[in-house]
Amino acid sequence: MESKNLASEKVRLSRWQDRPSADDYIKALFTDFIELHGDKLSYDDKSIIGGVASFHGMSVTVIGQRKGHTIEESANVNFGMTNPEGYRKALRLMRQAEKFDRPIITFVDTPGAYPGVEAEEHGQGEAIARNLAIMSGLKVPIISIIIGQGNSGGALGICVADEIWMLENSVFSILSPEGFASILWKDSSRRDEACELMKLTAQDLYDYKIIDGIINEPKGGAHMNPEEVIAKLDEMLYERLNVLSILPKEVLIKNRYKKYRVM
Amino acid sequence: MDSNKIHPLNIIKNIRQRRFVREINADEGLSAKNRIYYIIDKGSFIETNKKLKFSNPIEFPEYEEKYNKAVNKTNMNEAVITGIASIEGIKCVLAVMDKRFFMASMGRVVGEKITAAVELADRKKLPLIIYCASGGARMQEGIFSLMQMAKTSAAIEKFSSNGGLYIAVLTNPTTGGVTASFASLADITLAEPKALIGFAGPRVIEQTIGKKLPEGFQTAEYLKEHGFIDEIVPIKEQREVLAKLLRLHMPKTVPVEKVKHIVNATGNSAKKLLRLNKKTYIQLKVK
Repeated sequence: MESKNLASEKVRLSRWQDRPSADDYIKALFTDFIELHGDKLSYDDKSIIGGVASFHGMSVTVIGQRKGHTIEESANVNFGMTNPEGYRKALRLMRQAEKFDRPIITFVDTPGAYPGVEAEEHGQGEAIARNLAIMSGLKVPIISIIIGQGNSGGALGICVADEIWMLENSVFSILSPEGFASILWKDSSRRDEACELMKLTAQDLYDYKIIDGIINEPKGGAHMNPEEVIAKLDEMLYERLNVLSILPKEVLIKNRYKKYRVM
Repeated sequence: MDSNKIHPLNIIKNIRQRRFVREINADEGLSAKNRIYYIIDKGSFIETNKKLKFSNPIEFPEYEEKYNKAVNKTNMNEAVITGIASIEGIKCVLAVMDKRFFMASMGRVVGEKITAAVELADRKKLPLIIYCASGGARMQEGIFSLMQMAKTSAAIEKFSSNGGLYIAVLTNPTTGGVTASFASLADITLAEPKALIGFAGPRVIEQTIGKKLPEGFQTAEYLKEHGFIDEIVPIKEQREVLAKLLRLHMPKTVPVEKVKHIVNATGNSAKKLLRLNKKTYIQLKVK
């Protein structure tokens, strides 16, 4: 039966190297994008791309996790595994967005936060926690789009939002299926089994009311026809940003709190 | 009554005392119940949200059986106990996690109890103390487990921006999703000696970097060196340190003469002054 392998197939597609990345979407969806680097503390984490841009005449702050399309590119951005400095860079840009009253759009795509010695020494847990806390109270609209892998606290660290959208073949989960199988059964080769049990597909999460909407992809995945996905994202963002932008700030914050409160 | 006879209640008390001494001297740490017993004023604990129900949100196979086993083993219904207590006479909201229950992993009920405790502290304008312990996310609850990180962090942020005091005590082990949420968001972060504290587990890190980890990596002492722990406090000193911190953060009180002076100078009634200051946890005591 084909449906039996649906989740593991989506996991495979979500990691596909040709799959459009945050850089591709930012380039296509926004004009006048200016990248802003660094956390202004110690370092510029290249796994996070962020900056200011214009979206149909509206100034926005854009943040994304990038994975690269070739081995060299991927190595340069740590395969999308964000370090504490990356979360702090994102936080700096989000606070800046609040100061200048512009909406925030984040593109989530990570195998997880980086599990390394320096990452721990520099407070990986603290950096993610701080983002969750501050994002929950930022007085500007936040829309997060999961475009590929949305694994663990590494993804959540830039996706506490008023609305979370997912591309049809992206995944959003507590951990990578390999890590999940390794923790539960001490056997990471039982990955496919884990995929089916974890309920990590866009449809599952939409049914659970964890996410707010799904962007359909062309047959075979987003990379088969990126323009089609970009057009749909453009339409969605235009509509949702206009709706969220007219809400009084107190209502926006209250709604965001309630959204997570019931989970 | 024959004075040589020991009252049955005293026998129970003695057994409990012995177990407690054993626990406190052993490496495996204290149960949540004994921790509460040790930290707070005797008899001051009122438990909250005692009966939150277990659920299996992603219908994970064999989860309920595993949960029931943990219940039977520990005589608890989840990995955290919450309530209101007083320490040296100062009232506070207390949440204590217990690693014997499912490695104190965070699922929906744990997240809910922590969040409700934070909100209670916010409503009652009480300080909040959370004893953190956790092996990480409750895998069996999938994405719902992840979302508890956002839920608890949002509650802490709200509490904090309303001026609430939050003290975290990190015990062995505090890892994963709990470290990456409420455990890292305290105003004052204490830790127990040698406690393992980190985001990623040491095994995962070793696999990733392909090297052995440095000696003492991810211990409380190591984290203090790296600037993430305010102070390391052994169990026997915790009650005293907590009481001291609570006392130092008591609502400010103003002598009657000063209140009279402010009333005269500003033309506001004492009642209005109280109202004006309500939001900021500063209370004027008018006697």
